[in-house]
Amino acid sequence: MSTFVYMTRCDGCGHCVDICPSDIMHIDKLIRRAVNIEPNFCWECYSCVKACPQNAIDVRGYADFAPMGHKVRVLREEEKGVISWKIKFRNGHMKSFVSPITTKPWGKHIPHLAEKDVPNKEAHANNTLYGEPTYLKTGKVPVSNTGLPVMEKVGKLKQGVYY
Amino acid sequence: MLTTNPFAENVLNIPSYALQGFLILMVIFTIGGVLLDMMHKKNVKFFFENAKKAKLSATKSVATGKKVSIIVKTLAHDVATSAEFCGVTRRITHLLGMYGTIFFWIASAVMIFNTASTSTFYPLLWHVGAIMTCVGGYWFWFVQRVDVRAEGNGWSRIVFADLFVLSLVATSTFGLLWSFFQASNSIGLATLFFVLFVISNVVLFGGVYWSKFAHMFYKPGAAIQKHLAEEDGSRDDLPEPADLPKQYGLGIKRSEPQNY
Repeated sequence: MSTFVYMTRCDGCGHCVDICPSDIMHIDKLIRRAVNIEPNFCWECYSCVKACPQNAIDVRGYADFAPMGHKVRVLREEEKGVISWKIKFRNGHMKSFVSPITTKPWGKHIPHLAEKDVPNKEAHANNTLYGEPTYLKTGKVPVSNTGLPVMEKVGKLKQGVYY
Repeated sequence: MLTTNPFAENVLNIPSYALQGFLILMVIFTIGGVLLDMMHKKNVKFFFENAKKAKLSATKSVATGKKVSIIVKTLAHDVATSAEFCGVTRRITHLLGMYGTIFFWIASAVMIFNTASTSTFYPLLWHVGAIMTCVGGYWFWFVQRVDVRAEGNGWSRIVFADLFVLSLVATSTFGLLWSFFQASNSIGLATLFFVLFVISNVVLFGGVYWSKFAHMFYKPGAAIQKHLAEEDGSRDDLPEPADLPKQYGLGIKRSEPQNY
């Protein structure tokens, strides 16, 4: 249950090798194309599937995720900022949906901790984590008698994913 | 040197019919290698099964004229310019090696079968082809191959997979050296490099146990199949492009791989 590579599509560019969090996508030394060297360690994160510019990587999904041998194919369109998904069931039924690419520009959202003040003794003894409540954006939230923040009700939320 | 046919008056005075026989033997080796490769990797079977699947999931039929147009476009773009390679340097080395080898082979065949010709074009093509192959081949060998660039092994570490690229650059290098020493009347060195040139040719065409040359046929085949699948709507089960304008989102580009 892991990724596999269509040899006819792969050009050995190495995008999948660079992005694989398990470091199991390698370039085969004989045919110089991508290969999953340790399928047991693949957790099907789809990083390489989305990163592959040739759409050469596919996944044999686990039975709970891909019942009845259905197929998931992915198309990443950087210029449009979206990833299209197509799920094809064994009986021919298909589902398609589009989701936005949420990758942020490199370095833009990294907190520059070296430029911040060094936590003092009091901060070390405090139960809050570094940057709390600023980074959690709970600074202006009213606090209850128990010391926990109180969230105001904002009405009924719409269904769907918010970005 | 560059405009002299090295086969016409070769250092060992080998008659032209023997050279022609050797060339035909190399062609037989190539065909045999391709057939073995097809049997070993089952490429043809894969293509036919893939074509059947594509036909079942096709949403529209493609007219013959359109098919021909797609094939011509694929040959002119994907094949002739090695467009499948994302990496620029890898693409350049492939183009140098590919065109250098094609020039070298064509010029070799013409010069071997027409040793009486005084044309300077084919000798020039032969030498230019060999130089191009050397530039592309050594660039790939020393810098770009995965063993060196990604795995951090030394360039001198040789494994069986390197047999093809090494025999390819050896053929061009020994050919150039043979031509050079023959032109400068160094009989001993010319003889040595001619013998090495013949041996490297035998290794190149007959020694690679799975024929690297087979990719000349199945890679264009795969590219044509991919573009036909895009046209008939089957798209290898890939989703349709999103119905959104360009620059809809953040437009984050993939970072180029640094190690390959």
